[in-house]
Amino acid sequence: MLRSSASFILDKHLNNKPISITHSIDSPPPPSTSMADENSNPNPNPNPISAYYQTRAAHHGIVTSGWLEQAQAAVRRYPDHDYSSSPDSRRPFSVIEEFNNWRQQPDLAEAVAAIRALAAVIRASEATTMMELEIELKKASDTLKAWDTTSISLTAGCDLFMRYVTRTSALEFEDFNSAKSRVLERAEKFGEISCKARRMIAMLSQDFIFDGCTILVHGFSRVVFEILKTAAQNKKLFRVLCTEGRPDKTGVMLANELAKLDVPVKLLIDSAVAYSMDEVDMVFVGADGVVESGGIINMMGTYQIALVAHGMNKPVYVAAESYKFARLYPLDQKDLEPALRPIDFDVPVLPKVDVERSARDYTPPQYLTLLFTDLGVLTPSVVSDELIQLYL
Amino acid sequence: MESRRNPRAVVDPKVRQVGFFTSSQPDSTQQQQPDPIASVSSPPVSTISPSGNSLSPVMIPPPRHNSSDTFPLRGAAAAAASAVSPSSFSYSSRRDFPDGSMTASPGRVSRGSFVKSYVPVASSLPGVGIDSMAAAKSSSVPATGLTTVSVVNMPPGLSEEVQSDQKNNSKSLKEKTTKAERRALQEAQRAAKAAAKAEGGGKVPPVTLGSVAGTSVKAAKTAKPTSQKNDVVVAAGPSEKKGGPSEKDRKKDAPHPRMQYDDESRVVKAKRRAVVKQTEAKNRVELFRHLPQYEHGTQLPDLETKFFQLDPMHPAVYKVGLQYLSGDIAGGNARCIAMLQAFQEVVKDYSTPPEKTLNRDMTAKISSYVSFLIECRPLSVSMGNAIRFVKNRIAKLPITLSESEAKAALQSDIETFINEKIIVADNVIVKHAVTKIRDGDVLLTYGSPTAVEMVLLRAHELRKKFRVLVVDSRPKLEGQLLLRRLIKRGINCTYTHINAISYIMHEVTKVFLGASSVLSNGTVYSRVGTACVAMVANAFRVPVLVCCEAYKFHERVQLDSICSNELGDPNAISKVRGREDINYLDGLTNNTNLQFLNLMYDATPSDYISMIITDYGMVPPTSVPVIVREYQKEHVLV
Repeated sequence: MLRSSASFILDKHLNNKPISITHSIDSPPPPSTSMADENSNPNPNPNPISAYYQTRAAHHGIVTSGWLEQAQAAVRRYPDHDYSSSPDSRRPFSVIEEFNNWRQQPDLAEAVAAIRALAAVIRASEATTMMELEIELKKASDTLKAWDTTSISLTAGCDLFMRYVTRTSALEFEDFNSAKSRVLERAEKFGEISCKARRMIAMLSQDFIFDGCTILVHGFSRVVFEILKTAAQNKKLFRVLCTEGRPDKTGVMLANELAKLDVPVKLLIDSAVAYSMDEVDMVFVGADGVVESGGIINMMGTYQIALVAHGMNKPVYVAAESYKFARLYPLDQKDLEPALRPIDFDVPVLPKVDVERSARDYTPPQYLTLLFTDLGVLTPSVVSDELIQLYL
Repeated sequence: MESRRNPRAVVDPKVRQVGFFTSSQPDSTQQQQPDPIASVSSPPVSTISPSGNSLSPVMIPPPRHNSSDTFPLRGAAAAAASAVSPSSFSYSSRRDFPDGSMTASPGRVSRGSFVKSYVPVASSLPGVGIDSMAAAKSSSVPATGLTTVSVVNMPPGLSEEVQSDQKNNSKSLKEKTTKAERRALQEAQRAAKAAAKAEGGGKVPPVTLGSVAGTSVKAAKTAKPTSQKNDVVVAAGPSEKKGGPSEKDRKKDAPHPRMQYDDESRVVKAKRRAVVKQTEAKNRVELFRHLPQYEHGTQLPDLETKFFQLDPMHPAVYKVGLQYLSGDIAGGNARCIAMLQAFQEVVKDYSTPPEKTLNRDMTAKISSYVSFLIECRPLSVSMGNAIRFVKNRIAKLPITLSESEAKAALQSDIETFINEKIIVADNVIVKHAVTKIRDGDVLLTYGSPTAVEMVLLRAHELRKKFRVLVVDSRPKLEGQLLLRRLIKRGINCTYTHINAISYIMHEVTKVFLGASSVLSNGTVYSRVGTACVAMVANAFRVPVLVCCEAYKFHERVQLDSICSNELGDPNAISKVRGREDINYLDGLTNNTNLQFLNLMYDATPSDYISMIITDYGMVPPTSVPVIVREYQKEHVLV
């Protein structure tokens, strides 16, 4: 399957089975040991390619030759790092393992996998007091967060889970076991909610897609795809303009997927957004993270699309699950931890040339019209309200 | 309001009569006391009145020049008094005693001299035009050099006469057989006794403030319709009535925190009951007539002298009030903490009067203190919230608690408030804000916001490399203080005035501002000039970060800085201290064509604010109502 989860690829690497990734263009598979090392380490990866990007690339099955070279170079640069002796491996239960298990499920978002893994932590816990359990949970979530510091949804999902599970009056039980089962119940519930979030967003957004409309989408967002798929199933008549989504060409994938559903689709290069904005009725984008201001952090290019759309008075809709709400508040583009990615320019680039390799940008809330979340259709300013209520 | 007050004025004489006859007898036995008191009290006259540029507290000009009713009569009374004789001089000074009559004498003596001090003016004009004349004089005080009320400004002979008259006023009074004079004498004795008691016991006798304020009200009221002679008797009367109107009355009478000062009747009313006799500035800008504007610095000596008069006022509260008035305590947090600490003292020294419950009586007491503080300086939103917290806590005290327990609980509550909502909140803000400072930043700040200062110092401690631009403005020049402290720590600073803001803004990477309060539409209410800085920053696409503790948030919505604001001293902008060469406006301050507007605050629309950093984290201005909601919920529940 095209949208096979990253974990498939990663796990295959783990099993030392060199696989040929169908979409990677004539690139040799990476030396499996290096990949395994990189991905099984519980610590933030010191190499210049962020774990965020690796995950993302793996999710979309796109591994460019440049990336592979960089990855290998990175491993060569830190040859003495031995991640196998991590504290997790000594324990019978590893949250990372669990996390990776969950991630093997296709279509399961990273954050949801993390939430499931944390629920499993509670289940497997041998703690005898609530405090102990909470500490154990905290440790597990920290491990998960450290696994990929650049992923906003992973961090946010872990935080929200901790909040949702531990901040409850159910903890007032005198009996530990009943309290634990209550917490587990909540954890399962949270996992369920998160799982169904995408479906719910798709339902909510149907009212906004009218017959004959033209929708511009950017990159490949599984939520946006779900929305469009649902709309197509509902026999809505609409047209989709897909941006190319350089450099990992995620837009091309989306265009292909939509074509399979018989949705009229047109592919644009990323720089043609302003050119074709005239014929666009609405813009749909996904989000890696929704920050406190109500703005979003998303794949590079979202900001400029939002700016163009704002300039032409077109609505910009964001589809994002509520576990992507993060307590972050970037003031500007540089106020983020950059998630770097390799960029494959077709022509050789001299080393003197500096390349902007950030994988995502920040779109301020004033350029967004509405956010479709599983909490409902929100204006950007409500995000902060929800966050305050969740965290305070 | 009017209908309720009028009957009281009618009823009062009766009460006064009763008081007069019953209480006068025992006091008359102590005839010897006035002498020592008079001699004791004379030093304060010499020390206090020349020190500040005080004006007669009696001389409150009306909000507008044409609308006074109390004034001409008072002026006329004084004029008449001046026309009589030295003895009637002391007489007329007695007439004014009720303003602070149950009191130690310093206030009284200076009060007497006040009256005399403007006698020359009064007598120079026939009674009709006195009002405007007096008003003019009051506003022109600093300009004309009539900075002290005292004896200095009187004709020399006259003043000596007055002094000597005061020295042996008891004797001269004894010779007189007028009823009023006898009464005045008894008055003095009673005051002496009260003062002695206050000094000896160290505890404030539970005489209400209301009585003092109330009597002055009545004095003014009754003064109107009567002739001079009657005026004396009647006015002297009400002070007899001890513990008359309680704090409750005072609370009812207290000016609304956002009273509209262009509503004449209300202003006159508020004036009458005010403890702090502020002198109103004369030429006010039309748009801001609804705000109180006073000549600053005029009322301080008067209040200082009243220190021993205001028996019901707790000394700690009084001290804080004076500090507000003189500007010694400025800045939202400092003012709030000072007030709360004063309240702690109040709680500590509090004892429930018999037949009363702590919850109710204490609330009334706090209210009366608050109205005093309002008279000193309009409350800030932060103080309003703190007061609401204190009152809420008092009201929620379980009835079952004993008095000492309740007091201890209250004190610790207030302590917790100071700690959690202000001190810890500031630390949290610093923690959040520091994450936004990166190496190579150029940070701009305006004025001297305490939270921002803490942020900058902390960032410096963390060895972040940044530069600070301190923007300042006349007349307060608070930025210089900040600058001093920053430089002392070795932070690289640039200092400029707000005039240069558009020039320097292009090199700024972040703007950090403080706030007096944040309103629920995200408007930031802060030191005047903040809006300008924020707008320029917005135009230059520089993020504006506002550091503000959540206890300063208010659910009010304000769209402009007109409807609620504070007016500063107009003289502060009309002249530059120490620069005689550029004081072009000398002598023009009285010109009716010239109005000074010295605003203290302005409202910055939320569009210009990128982020508000509070103890609840970093939130967009649109989330203020959420915090207000949560915060108040917390208040109610906890």
